Amino acid sequence: MTITVLAFYLFALTAIVSGFLVVMARNPVHSVLWLILAFFSAAGLFVLMGAEYLAMLLAIVYVGAVAVLFLFVVMMLDVDFTQLKAGMSKFMGIGSLIGLVLLGELALVFGHWKFAEQSQDLRAAVTPAIEDAHNTIALGQLIYTDYIYMFQTAGLILLVAMIGAIVLTLRHRDDVKRQNISEQVLRNPKDAMELKDVKPGQGL
Amino acid sequence: MIGTDLNTVLPELILAIYSMAALMFAVYFGKDKRANMIFWLTAIVLVVLAAVIALAPAGAKTAFNGAFIDDAFSRYAKVIMLIASAVITLISKDYLEKNNLLKFEYPILIALATLGMMMMVSAGDLMALYMGLELQSLSLYVVASFRRDSLRSTEAGLKYFVLGALSSGMLLYGASLVYGFAGTTTFTGIASTIETGELGLGMLFGLVFLCVGMAFKVSAAPFHMWTPDVYEGSPTPVTAFFATAPKVAAACLFARVMHDAFTEATGDWTQIIAFLSLLSMFLGAIAAIGQTNIKRLMAFSSIAHMGFALMGLAAGTEAGVQALLIYMAIYVVMNIGTFAFILNMERDGTAITDISALGQYSSVEPARAAALGILMFSLAGIPPLVGFFGKFYVLKAAIDADMAWLAIAGVIASVIGAFYYLRIIYYMYFGDEVEPMNGKMPVVHYVALMTCAAIMLFGVVNLFGIEGYAAVAAEALLK
Repeated sequence: MTITVLAFYLFALTAIVSGFLVVMARNPVHSVLWLILAFFSAAGLFVLMGAEYLAMLLAIVYVGAVAVLFLFVVMMLDVDFTQLKAGMSKFMGIGSLIGLVLLGELALVFGHWKFAEQSQDLRAAVTPAIEDAHNTIALGQLIYTDYIYMFQTAGLILLVAMIGAIVLTLRHRDDVKRQNISEQVLRNPKDAMELKDVKPGQGL
Repeated sequence: MIGTDLNTVLPELILAIYSMAALMFAVYFGKDKRANMIFWLTAIVLVVLAAVIALAPAGAKTAFNGAFIDDAFSRYAKVIMLIASAVITLISKDYLEKNNLLKFEYPILIALATLGMMMMVSAGDLMALYMGLELQSLSLYVVASFRRDSLRSTEAGLKYFVLGALSSGMLLYGASLVYGFAGTTTFTGIASTIETGELGLGMLFGLVFLCVGMAFKVSAAPFHMWTPDVYEGSPTPVTAFFATAPKVAAACLFARVMHDAFTEATGDWTQIIAFLSLLSMFLGAIAAIGQTNIKRLMAFSSIAHMGFALMGLAAGTEAGVQALLIYMAIYVVMNIGTFAFILNMERDGTAITDISALGQYSSVEPARAAALGILMFSLAGIPPLVGFFGKFYVLKAAIDADMAWLAIAGVIASVIGAFYYLRIIYYMYFGDEVEPMNGKMPVVHYVALMTCAAIMLFGVVNLFGIEGYAAVAAEALLK
């Protein structure tokens, strides 16, 4: 029991501290590295909750793919991050003030938080019991059976994003040479080359 | 199980499959050379779907564990949105062609946005609501910056995107608070938890955030800031689209969430909506007075009209919802007609948006000027035109719900607002003579303008029976 509690505080604290450092780090590459640490801590929290599949997913997809992609983007883009952050001190005062007000409001809300009587039952009703279905099965059942409507709509939204990116950025340039495969294949030796019989010592 | 569910969402399914098929077809066979055909095809598909939905048997069905509701209310909204989208697709074509913007993606994005709207008005679950909303919004962000070589248009798209993302964030935050309280995202589940106990502070915050998110989408003051800039910067047909179908979808979604999920808390949300309504009516009426750009003017006009529509919702009664539905239908027709005219405001090929260019327009093109005059009178809500009846129903609903103060404020705001509509008529008939506009009006635009004006004139007899349909729809929502 105590070990789980200890592990929870360890992961939670690491997640918060590294999350803070993502924002504060001067070097963007360091930021990404801190982000990876935050992802790992979150994965640890998932394991503690018994959601091991989500934990693995977080480690593989976010750490393995997304963070690495971030790293590439950060290193490829030639952005002067110190210049971007130069305005930060200017907005620090008002920004932290708004942050404090928001924090106070949130404390007000969560201090008086109450749940509807049947909310726990409703919350539990969606997921199959842990004895019937383990993590992966439960997740699959939810996404691909119960929530298939939302899942497919999410797919459509991604399609729109793709169409949008292409419509708004793709330019068809005429001054670029393009490969025309059928033309290449249809070329025959007759019009591509000419055979000449060169006499020795004479040249063409 | 899944079969009956799919049967219930058949119109949406067909539209989704059509969009993807049309996209593939155009990409592989000729790209923009096929644009003309795709425009017409999309309009036909939208109209056919509208007919299918309109003729569907009465009654309510749900699908996907209550995430999707097909009832008279959603069918009413869908028919209006589908027809509006179809007409906008057709009137867009000539304008885009003239401005070298004819791309096959445009009608497909419109179709996908319409699909998102249909999902919105049918949502029975906060997640389904959000999915529909994002599908619609994302398509709209793209079409807003469709003229990608113009700084104005890209700025409009970016502004819309950033503010839209902010509003989505607020909506989601509200949804998460509601879920925290209720333990479920389905509307029926939320309603059942409110029934038994009092509203917690967290739930109230959630409700307020949900309202803020949706007020952004209907562009109700004080969340209207994006509207004038986006309307002005976007290509004109896109502005016409923004002013019609998405507004219907957002207003109907608003009504759906409030009446389905928060029926038991009617006293709490009517206050919020009454405030939004009051502010929108006055802001729309007063801020439009100083505008000389007709697109900006229409933006403020739409804010004021949304204020009136929300008054119906603020009443919190069945008659209020009926009034909202009638108002939205009339509003859409008036806007389509007006934008069919605005699309052709040009002199020697360059588009004009300044309203003083309408000077003495009646002597150049008497028929068109008369049609626009009727539409303007109707927008101002002057009897006996149809626009007046929209306002009449809303005001009556507000008075019946003991909100006479809101109704009186509405009348004052509409008198102030009448100024700028009448000013356009003044310019056309009594204004100083200017070099006349000589844009040639394509047949489709001419038909749209004249039909809309005729509807405003002849609808007075019985409003084409829309009253009865709206009553059935409102009854289905409040059941």
